[in-house]
Amino acid sequence: MLDRVRMSETEDHDGILPLVGAGISVRRNGRNLLDNVSLTFDGPAITALLGSNGAGKTMLLRVLANLVEPDTGTVQWGGRSPDAARAPRLGFVFQKPVMLRRSVLANMKYVLAAVGHDRASRTDRAWKALRWASLDRLASTPARLLSGGEQQRLAIARVMATEPEIMFLDEPSSGLDLASTALIEMLMRGAASRGTKVVVVTHDIAQARRLADDVIFLHQGQVLEHGPADSFFDAPKSKQARDYLAGRIPDSPTL
Amino acid sequence: MQDFGAAFGEAFRLVAAFDPDLFEIIALSLRVSLLAVFIAAAVGLPLGATLAVARFPGRGGAVVFFNALMGLPPVVVGLVVYLLFSRAGPLGALGLLYTVTAMIIAQAVLVTPIIAALTRQLIEDMKPEYEEQLRVLGAGPFAMVMTLLWDARYSLLTAVLAGFGRAIAEVGAVIIVGGNINHVTRVMTTAIALETSKGDLALALALGIILVAIALVVNGLVMGLRDTAKRMGYA
Repeated sequence: MLDRVRMSETEDHDGILPLVGAGISVRRNGRNLLDNVSLTFDGPAITALLGSNGAGKTMLLRVLANLVEPDTGTVQWGGRSPDAARAPRLGFVFQKPVMLRRSVLANMKYVLAAVGHDRASRTDRAWKALRWASLDRLASTPARLLSGGEQQRLAIARVMATEPEIMFLDEPSSGLDLASTALIEMLMRGAASRGTKVVVVTHDIAQARRLADDVIFLHQGQVLEHGPADSFFDAPKSKQARDYLAGRIPDSPTL
Repeated sequence: MQDFGAAFGEAFRLVAAFDPDLFEIIALSLRVSLLAVFIAAAVGLPLGATLAVARFPGRGGAVVFFNALMGLPPVVVGLVVYLLFSRAGPLGALGLLYTVTAMIIAQAVLVTPIIAALTRQLIEDMKPEYEEQLRVLGAGPFAMVMTLLWDARYSLLTAVLAGFGRAIAEVGAVIIVGGNINHVTRVMTTAIALETSKGDLALALALGIILVAIALVVNGLVMGLRDTAKRMGYA
């Protein structure tokens, strides 16, 4: 069966933390999407990645996840270049969750098979992760018939079932109601408390305040601030961050 | 008009009477075309999916090549297979000319590019949605091909169906390599061609009606399956 297709070997147990980006630049059509970005992710805390639309947040995650090759600069996973064998150590929850055309349970099992778990442990882990995300009673539902919030929860559960060291989430609660958002925040906290480093892109500043231990603020492809959440929200150092937090149009003439 | 009336009468009489000759012809038609489509799908599905996923020099040329082969005239396929299997041909020693096997091979050759080209298009359309998700799982090209084939399974039914339609309806290839031998290699299309040339329009039309009915039933079944799959979010 196709479920048995193994995508990668997991005998390489080398970690991918610290995850380091050094001097990363990405240019597209003459624009600097990322401009000399350097940062390090380590430890199990929750990091919020903030910045206005087009600041380069999603591109940064994709470069760090080895999905996009930077024009200059390097990414290092645990001191070495990224490789496919260690790719499952990094979980990625995309803005629009990719639901396989299968049942909820089959979605879980597929990912577990992909990272090399045998049949018996797949079933066990799949159910555990579904219960964790309160999706167990939907196990036999086709994944694409789930609501937006349920799909995001499945995407998170699917990632967490593989026990990654670090999880990227790209606006996981955009367009969701308050209850669904609360559930997703609960899962993110749960992931962090299980020892997974969580990096979340969000436009919801209240959410970032609730969740984040530290904050990275991107502006026009550059990291302007990187520090503890409290000091960022209480006393942002850059004018751009103050504008962003206040919802002001940057550099606009005073009306 | 008289011919049509007679033809319908004849068709129903033959079917109702379980005319053994008629059913022999229908059974052989189905056997040849289904087997040919099975072989063509076994080759064309992975081939098309690989063409959609892989990036290699000359890929554009390969895509154009298979798209062009979709319009391959059956008589040309028949001719090539004939030359291969004729006594003086490179595979002449196998003695396959004027056998059912040769007919299956000819139809498989005809249908494989159709299934491959349609599969390539379907998988290529689906790939952007899946690509990054599969890559963060560390998926290699093989896993990507298998996953996309499985998740496109209901859409791919249409590609296979197009191949079956082509196979069951073609006459040029099977008549050249099969020879339309009564009780041996006679299928519906070759029988229609023969009866028409003999002037037995009623039998020819009767076979034609049955051929169209088979096509309708098969299409209806596949469409029903796809609708169900769509409702479940699987297509």
